[in-house]
Amino acid sequence: MSASPAALAFAEASLLARARRRLAGDRVARACAAVLALVTLACLFGPLATGHPYDRLYYDYPGTPPSLALYPKPDAVRPALDRLAFRMRVRAEDVSVTGAAIRATLAADKPVDPRVLTFFARSDTFGEARILGRSEDGRRLTVEAPLRSLRFLAGTDALGRDLLTRTLVAGRLSLALGLMATAVALGIGVAYGALAGTLGGRVDAAMMRLVDILYSLPFVFFVIMLVVFFGRSVALIFVAVGAVEWLDMARIVRAEAQAIRRRDYVRAAEALGLTTAAILRRHVVPNLLGPVVAFAALMVPRVILLESFLSFLGLGVQEPATSWGVLIADGARSLETAPWMLVVPAAFLVATLLALTLLGERLRDALDPREAA
Amino acid sequence: MTAYILRRLAQSVPTLFIVVTLSFFLVRLAPGGPFDLERPLPAAAMENLRRVYGLDQPLLVQYGRYLAALARGDLGPSFSVRDLSVAELFARGLPVSMTLGGLALLVALVLGTGLGALSALRRGAWLDHAVTTLGTFALTVPGFVVAPLLQIAFGLSLRWLPVGGWDDGAPRNLVLPVVTLALPQVAVIARLARAGLVEVFDRPHWRTLRGLGLPPRILALHAVRGAALPVVSYLGPAAAGLLTGSVVVETVFGLPGVGRYFVDGAINRDYTLVLGTVVLIAVFVLVLNLVADLACALIDPRLREFG
Amino acid sequence: MSLLSLRGLTVRYPQAGVTALDGLDLDLARGETLALVGESGSGKSQVALAAMGLLPPQARVSGSVRFDGTELTALDRPALDRIRGARIGLVFQEPMTALDPLFTVGHQIALPLRAHRSFSRRRAGARARELMDLVGIRDAASRLSAYPHELSGGERQRVMIAMALACEPDLLIADEPTTALDVTVQAQILALLADLKDRLGLALLFITHDLRLVRRIAERTAVLRAGRLVETGPTARLFRDPQAPETRDLLAAEPTGRKAPVPASAPVVLEARGVSVAYPGPRRWLRAGPPRLAVEGVDLTLRAGQTIGVVGESGSGKSSLGRALLRLEPAAHGLVRFEDRDLTALDRTALRPLRRGFQPVFQDPMGSLSPRLTAGEIVAEGLRVHAPRLDAAARDARAAEAFREVRLDPASRHRFPHAFSGGQRQRLAIARAMILRPRLVVLDEPTSALDRTVQRDIVALLRDLQAAHGLAYVFISHDLAVVRALSDTVLVLRNGREVERGPTDQVLERPREAYTRALVAAAGLEGGLAQA
Repeated sequence: MSASPAALAFAEASLLARARRRLAGDRVARACAAVLALVTLACLFGPLATGHPYDRLYYDYPGTPPSLALYPKPDAVRPALDRLAFRMRVRAEDVSVTGAAIRATLAADKPVDPRVLTFFARSDTFGEARILGRSEDGRRLTVEAPLRSLRFLAGTDALGRDLLTRTLVAGRLSLALGLMATAVALGIGVAYGALAGTLGGRVDAAMMRLVDILYSLPFVFFVIMLVVFFGRSVALIFVAVGAVEWLDMARIVRAEAQAIRRRDYVRAAEALGLTTAAILRRHVVPNLLGPVVAFAALMVPRVILLESFLSFLGLGVQEPATSWGVLIADGARSLETAPWMLVVPAAFLVATLLALTLLGERLRDALDPREAA
Repeated sequence: MTAYILRRLAQSVPTLFIVVTLSFFLVRLAPGGPFDLERPLPAAAMENLRRVYGLDQPLLVQYGRYLAALARGDLGPSFSVRDLSVAELFARGLPVSMTLGGLALLVALVLGTGLGALSALRRGAWLDHAVTTLGTFALTVPGFVVAPLLQIAFGLSLRWLPVGGWDDGAPRNLVLPVVTLALPQVAVIARLARAGLVEVFDRPHWRTLRGLGLPPRILALHAVRGAALPVVSYLGPAAAGLLTGSVVVETVFGLPGVGRYFVDGAINRDYTLVLGTVVLIAVFVLVLNLVADLACALIDPRLREFG
Repeated sequence: MSLLSLRGLTVRYPQAGVTALDGLDLDLARGETLALVGESGSGKSQVALAAMGLLPPQARVSGSVRFDGTELTALDRPALDRIRGARIGLVFQEPMTALDPLFTVGHQIALPLRAHRSFSRRRAGARARELMDLVGIRDAASRLSAYPHELSGGERQRVMIAMALACEPDLLIADEPTTALDVTVQAQILALLADLKDRLGLALLFITHDLRLVRRIAERTAVLRAGRLVETGPTARLFRDPQAPETRDLLAAEPTGRKAPVPASAPVVLEARGVSVAYPGPRRWLRAGPPRLAVEGVDLTLRAGQTIGVVGESGSGKSSLGRALLRLEPAAHGLVRFEDRDLTALDRTALRPLRRGFQPVFQDPMGSLSPRLTAGEIVAEGLRVHAPRLDAAARDARAAEAFREVRLDPASRHRFPHAFSGGQRQRLAIARAMILRPRLVVLDEPTSALDRTVQRDIVALLRDLQAAHGLAYVFISHDLAVVRALSDTVLVLRNGREVERGPTDQVLERPREAYTRALVAAAGLEGGLAQA
């Protein structure tokens, strides 16, 4: 039986190769795959490229709308300097902006302590200040400070955090949760369903009765209850979502396993003298693969949606971590003042869900052996 | 038939019992209690409250009392909303949720079957593709995105409709919530209706009927009845979901329905409200599923063996 | 003047690049019966659909269909609807699915009357009752309120005929009206059609793949192949003196020849005593109801080189018996000996090494091949169990050899089952069994899903393999003609019990039991084709 894994791999490869060929010829599928790849790459590497830490608060720029413009804007430099001067307890005089820097003389009634210049570096408008000159009595200090150049492509939220960075970081969590919860549900569901479908008889009846009972419970409510009562950790959401989704998987796998076991080719394999394990490995599992892969592909968007739903209700991911659902909830609360806070994360979520759903549906069709002929 | 209905109702009692039992103990497993406020109550007052609500008894006794009360149809007092019983809370919230859900159901049924029929009749044409594509959108875009977008478009920009509030059910206030609720349902029903009709058109008996030279009126009767089954059996659980309110829609539009009771009750450790909501939803699901099953049996004689 | 006249009728499916019908010319006179014969894919069903305007929208029709002087292809839908169902009646093949399952039989029979004759509900109901009597459904009054699923297959086909005849049409088009029915029911429906035609003066266009039916019903016959008319003429002349090579091929496809007897000294391969199969009854809340007996106390003995034909109608238990003999049926009881071993005493593990001696071939060639394995892997699969020391290359070489033995191109072994035709798939299934060099093969309806000409080749292959290897066959079939050509002995089953058993000639030429006589008569075997 040494060649058997290779043969199985061959059977799978042929199935997947056929599916891939069909998907490659499908424009919608290609577009969906491109969108998904783009979103994934952006979420993974984007936060490094935006130049903003996702939790940095820019006190000077709360609620900035999305634009390509550089901040600070020229007319905002003087007021910012005045605000800064007020906090340094000095007056700003002879202000001139030269290129990417500002030159000013700080005047006060007492000698100016150069240590106040750290205010510049801590501000969102200026960089580290340099002393150009100083009057003899020390009451006038001429300084030069570079202007920062910040871009908020997707604007900032009400606390002045860069929305694009936050959306991309949130995407990491949503995507990872979607994939992992699907994997959990898949593992439990396939094992449970395959066991019930293969054992059959009374064990099967009892196992499926349990699934029926669990089905009759209003399950999303139990998820909510779990999350509310046992704390709002990512791990728990994970368990909760997996616990809801494995039921469908178990049902599908069991129905398919039973149908496959009734096929003549399984009878023929039994007549050839194959062991039950070999029949499972060579005939049942490869033929189960299509529906399982397709169902799993469609489960990912459902899981992402469920997580977003919980986060939207405030029951999901907690600050400072964030997910698309959290951002959308924030956005919905500041609709009137900052509609982009809703639109940007919603666009990411919707694009991802749509791409996953369409791709999953096409994958399901492509993996259907009846269609492959 | 009557015997069948009675038997089905009797069969739903164990399900209800399991749901209530599981919920009861799950709720009690949670840390915290209904009277944990930011500023703790004096011990004596706390004791008093616990005694008044029977929380000082052993858990099993409380469980038994709750079941006994439930059997009498008594859902108990709310722990978080003073001076109101859970039943009274439902009496306030249900009309709101049921109005919204009922309207959404109606809209979804009319639009969904219409679009589904159109796309089945024009199979493969651009209209069919358009309906399918829009359906995927409507199904994929979640309600908590649709609702705020509608608020931006029709409330804040165009200023045609209010962004929220109930206002005693004024029609203007109903439009956006109903649209949000109905949108995914329209898509599902359109899909089911299309699939059902296409299946009828592909069946051999459809060729028989057309070969008889029957007028369109009679053909339509046969087509509709043949395609109705999946739609009707979907409507049972869908109606239960819609009529018992939606957390998202009621939160976003600020509506006083029962949709928020569960989440609020759970957050406030309002045990009776949480359990009451679970019972309410379970009853709706059981009854409406029964109604849907009966309707299916009416449509399809092969389902009439009420064994 | 002819009642129905086709001129240059062509049906194409441009998207699929298929021409289903290619310039068909055909005439049918009033009161005449014309049989349209062809194998699957010959386009015979397209004729009926094209004439009635029932083709799918992708189809492109050209040419002319004239019915009683009216050009049907030029009519709009309302005008066509005044003719179809009123002056032309249609009967389709699928008696299970050709009636709307959601409406009562009475409602459906009344439909054409209410549409074409504007009958009132009451009057249509009364006429429906008369029609039920006419097509021989007993207890018509109560059957009217029944739903299709409450009727038997034969009754449903009678209802179809009643609907088609409701408005007293001039022409009845029957497309394979008896194909899915058991032979005895088939004979009754055929007799009914012939009788109605005479009484009502109908013209009948009878579409079928089965030449034996043609001889019993049609005055003239037209032979179709690959969308073209190859020959048409009076039925008797066509059978006696076929002109076109295609017609000769079809006629020669009828199974002929007899099995050469085996010496009585040949060793016994299979012996079964008191084999029963009892399925658990419908489950009632986790507990099984009373069991249903599919096979009851069947005995049989089979020697090397011998074939036993197991014959019966659907539900007679013949497939369950086949599985029980192979120990593939967990619900089976009784004694099965293979060569010198008692199989019933062995558990699954002990049975496994013996399995190479007895192999099955199933009816549905697609369903018995795993769609995920290549043809070569499927054929070689048994070697993994029974010749574990062979490496992949040696297995592949043996598979190629097996391909040649069943006359398949060994180069095709890297393809997947869906790339093969029905007959080729059945060869694959045979090769999978033959690679193990079994002594016994249980063939469960191996030719039923195939066209006659393909069937002939499979029968020839089975004969050659038997002669070459001294195989014993259990040949399960409802088709008496094939059974007669292949078997030494015949076992007739009904409701799981033996009705009659004996040498093939005796059972099929001089049956003792009434049930066997009915089967043989219905199959139209008596004289055999050659003598007719």
